[in-house]
Amino acid sequence: MKSIMTGLIGLVLTLQTAGQVRISGRVTDTKKSPLIGASISIKDSYDGATSDTAGRFQFVTAEKGEHTLIVSFTGYKGWEQKITIGTDALNFTIELKEEFNELKAVVITAGTFEASDKKRAATVLNSIDIATTAGSNADITAALKTLPGAQQVGEKEGLFVRGGAGYETKQFIDGTLVNNPFFSSVPDIASRGRFSPFLFKGTVFTAGGYSALYGQALSSALILESIDLPEQSAANVFVSPLTWGGGYQQLAKNKKSSWGLSYGYTNLGIYFNIVKQTPDYFKIPQFHNGDANFRIKTKRGGMIKYYTTFASGDLGLRRADIDSAVLKDAFSLKNYNWYNNLSWRENLGKGWKMNLGAAFSINKDDIQQQIQNGYNKPVTTNTSYIDGKNFTLNHRQDFAALRAVFEKRIGGGNFIRFGSEYWYSSDRSFYNSYTSRLTDNYNAVFGEADIYITNALAAKLGTRFEYSSILGKANVAPRLSLAYKTGKDAQVSAAYGIFYQKPENTEMIYTTKLGYTKATHYILNYQKTSNNRIFRTELFYKKYDDLIKTYPVTSNSGDGYAQGFEFFWRDKKTIKNFDYWVSYSYLDTKRDYQNFPEKLTPNFAAYHTASLVTKRFVTKIKTGFNLTYSYATGRPYYNFQLSNGKYNIADQGRTRDYHSLGFSVNWVPSVGKKNAKAFWVFFASVNNVLGSNQVYNYNYSYNGLIKQAVNPPAKRFYFVGIFLSLGVDRSEDAINNNL
Amino acid sequence: MKHLLIAFALLSGTIVNAQSEKFTAAMQKQLALLDSAKTTQDFQTVANAFERIGDAEKTQWLPYYYAGLALTRAGWMDKTLDKDANAEKIKALCVKAEAIEKNAEIYTIRNMAATQQMLVDPQSRWMSYGQESGNALQEGLKLDPNNPRLYYLQAMGVFGTPEQFGGGKTKAKPIFEKALELFKAEHPKPLYPHWGQGQTEQMIAQCK
Repeated sequence: MKSIMTGLIGLVLTLQTAGQVRISGRVTDTKKSPLIGASISIKDSYDGATSDTAGRFQFVTAEKGEHTLIVSFTGYKGWEQKITIGTDALNFTIELKEEFNELKAVVITAGTFEASDKKRAATVLNSIDIATTAGSNADITAALKTLPGAQQVGEKEGLFVRGGAGYETKQFIDGTLVNNPFFSSVPDIASRGRFSPFLFKGTVFTAGGYSALYGQALSSALILESIDLPEQSAANVFVSPLTWGGGYQQLAKNKKSSWGLSYGYTNLGIYFNIVKQTPDYFKIPQFHNGDANFRIKTKRGGMIKYYTTFASGDLGLRRADIDSAVLKDAFSLKNYNWYNNLSWRENLGKGWKMNLGAAFSINKDDIQQQIQNGYNKPVTTNTSYIDGKNFTLNHRQDFAALRAVFEKRIGGGNFIRFGSEYWYSSDRSFYNSYTSRLTDNYNAVFGEADIYITNALAAKLGTRFEYSSILGKANVAPRLSLAYKTGKDAQVSAAYGIFYQKPENTEMIYTTKLGYTKATHYILNYQKTSNNRIFRTELFYKKYDDLIKTYPVTSNSGDGYAQGFEFFWRDKKTIKNFDYWVSYSYLDTKRDYQNFPEKLTPNFAAYHTASLVTKRFVTKIKTGFNLTYSYATGRPYYNFQLSNGKYNIADQGRTRDYHSLGFSVNWVPSVGKKNAKAFWVFFASVNNVLGSNQVYNYNYSYNGLIKQAVNPPAKRFYFVGIFLSLGVDRSEDAINNNL
Repeated sequence: MKHLLIAFALLSGTIVNAQSEKFTAAMQKQLALLDSAKTTQDFQTVANAFERIGDAEKTQWLPYYYAGLALTRAGWMDKTLDKDANAEKIKALCVKAEAIEKNAEIYTIRNMAATQQMLVDPQSRWMSYGQESGNALQEGLKLDPNNPRLYYLQAMGVFGTPEQFGGGKTKAKPIFEKALELFKAEHPKPLYPHWGQGQTEQMIAQCK
């Protein structure tokens, strides 16, 4: 009996094995490298296997006849083949094609510091980073100066990028140009940017080689993307001895729309009483600032956003006149600015996207300078070069922009984008009795394509066609960039482009028979990123052509170059709760423009610039400590004197090296309190803690015999303030930024 | 006729039984492999096998659930694993499972996948993935307010959050205890998820 049983079992087993077919093979990618962990299966059966470390697999199946063999692996396109299972073993060599993957794909980074997409580890600076960068006082431009490429220029606002002047950097909000991104300034004192970093969810700082979607900036484009709907409704209040204000944001119950209002008032009276300023302020700086917005989420997931801000400012200051021992220059400034931005982004379906934008702004400056005597009374000296400093200037700039960009996704990461923009600008000035008006109608048409040849190799090709009515000239600006992934987290990218910019209005006042100024960029970039660490280095060469010479006649006869290299390293990982970045820039630049007698390094260019930014959050006491150290070697200064119909260098030198140590503390007691109704932030900061003597430039007397250092109005700048947000649990934000 | 009907009923019953026996046997085999899996490769192999069973069965959510569970285990264990790619795969399995049945167990998988993605860079991912994992817990508790694994995962989240931010051992302990209570009351059906009690007991010990 037993033997029969064994025999029977044996028979059944044999039958079973005889009925089974072995299926084996190997799974590789298109480069024949094995893929480990790919799933191989026969459709609608349990039978299958997983590829091993050599990409090999094998299994047996009892299925018979027509079947489908399926191979799948994350990140690769699926593979299917009809097979017939008979009695013979089957063997397959399977090649899987990589799928386009946004996270894995190479990104063009030449010239660009992007700070938006949180999924990418390459995030460089977000709004909290900007606010907590010591020394920046929550000013976007000031924080960006800690990145490579930008100079530590303190006497003029703007980003001076890679040998470019401040006006060679343009700012764009949701695609449209911002005509007056900074508060109107006083000579030799830089002003702040008008826009808070918290208005933006994305910041792209390009130090060159930027996309064909943008133009009219020889050196750099700062591309800002405004926030969408707020997380919740909230009321905010901020109080400090310098400035106070509040705002309210209402999010609709269905979370589809929101509106908000805010107002701020700044008065430096108390501050100037405590911290002595070098200039004598006869009118204490006062600023009113109001803004309003609404945002609507559309049915198809698009956004309509409107933002408006109105600002007025008033100040007056007196400084010693350089041409005399007793006289003073009294300078006063009234500024009004109204900015509007309306944008609509929409998904049109079938891979089409649309971005429409409209912007409108008015900026009005009323400036007066008066020569005064020791008793602060106006005087006439009958010396033409002194009396010539008396002036009144009423300056009004109107600007309107319309823009439309369409984008079509053509599979994988491939996109085409095209669009057009129109800018209207009107610049009216009344200088003493002289009146001038410059009106320009500017049109641009542009197109670009993002092409992914593989996940590891991408190209961006673009062209921009521009026409400006005031110049009566057109131009064509090609742009090209490439990126190649050299390793898991490493990539090389290169960019080339031609950039045109209209001459400044201050130059076109004399003649409009000018052409575009021109810069050609060549950039080579290497970047390595891993979780919370980023290293990048960039090599660049920039050629300037057709720069504006103002002497002997105003013409496009200037030129120049800039070249150098930069490093950037950021590490949030090595030490817990400690975030730091280091940047270094080497810059060699010379140009012949304005009244330069020859090719010279301009005043806004230092050979070496470096910054160290550190941030430490101590969870135990819920306090963040931030320290920033910036260094730059001295910058050149010149005195040009006109003799025999020619400008000569009467004197020149280099300023002392620049050092600045900034420190700030933020105490966030509400962190971690679940459902806290009130969220408090206490903030204190000091700029130039060590009180280094910062010399930005030298001013010369008319005869060139006296020179005077240009310093900040006070050695140090202090700020203390309280921020309170009601009705919202923002502790998640804080945890987010400090964990 | 009556006999024929009975015979037919019996016969079809046998077929159904045979099929579910095949399913049960395959599942049990893979569950044993899941318990003994050690390397990422092991977990992937098991996950693939579960997915094959799911794809063939078409009406069973459990195979997809276990495929996802296997991959979350690989995610906890393997520090070098690409957490985003792994989580995307897990979430795709959850979608397949949920197309058959939406339940609390699948949300435990969703919670773990999002947590693993958050842990890649908590500072910048808290808002996105932290929220996603929290939402998964909430959704899961709506479907089954007494699921011990959801409480265990919630307690793990609290345990891993610094005290200053409202987390820590003392706050996690009562939640672990609640989870343990629910584990003790649980009577899972065969093949249904039952993991977590041992881990919970260990964590309670650590909270002391």
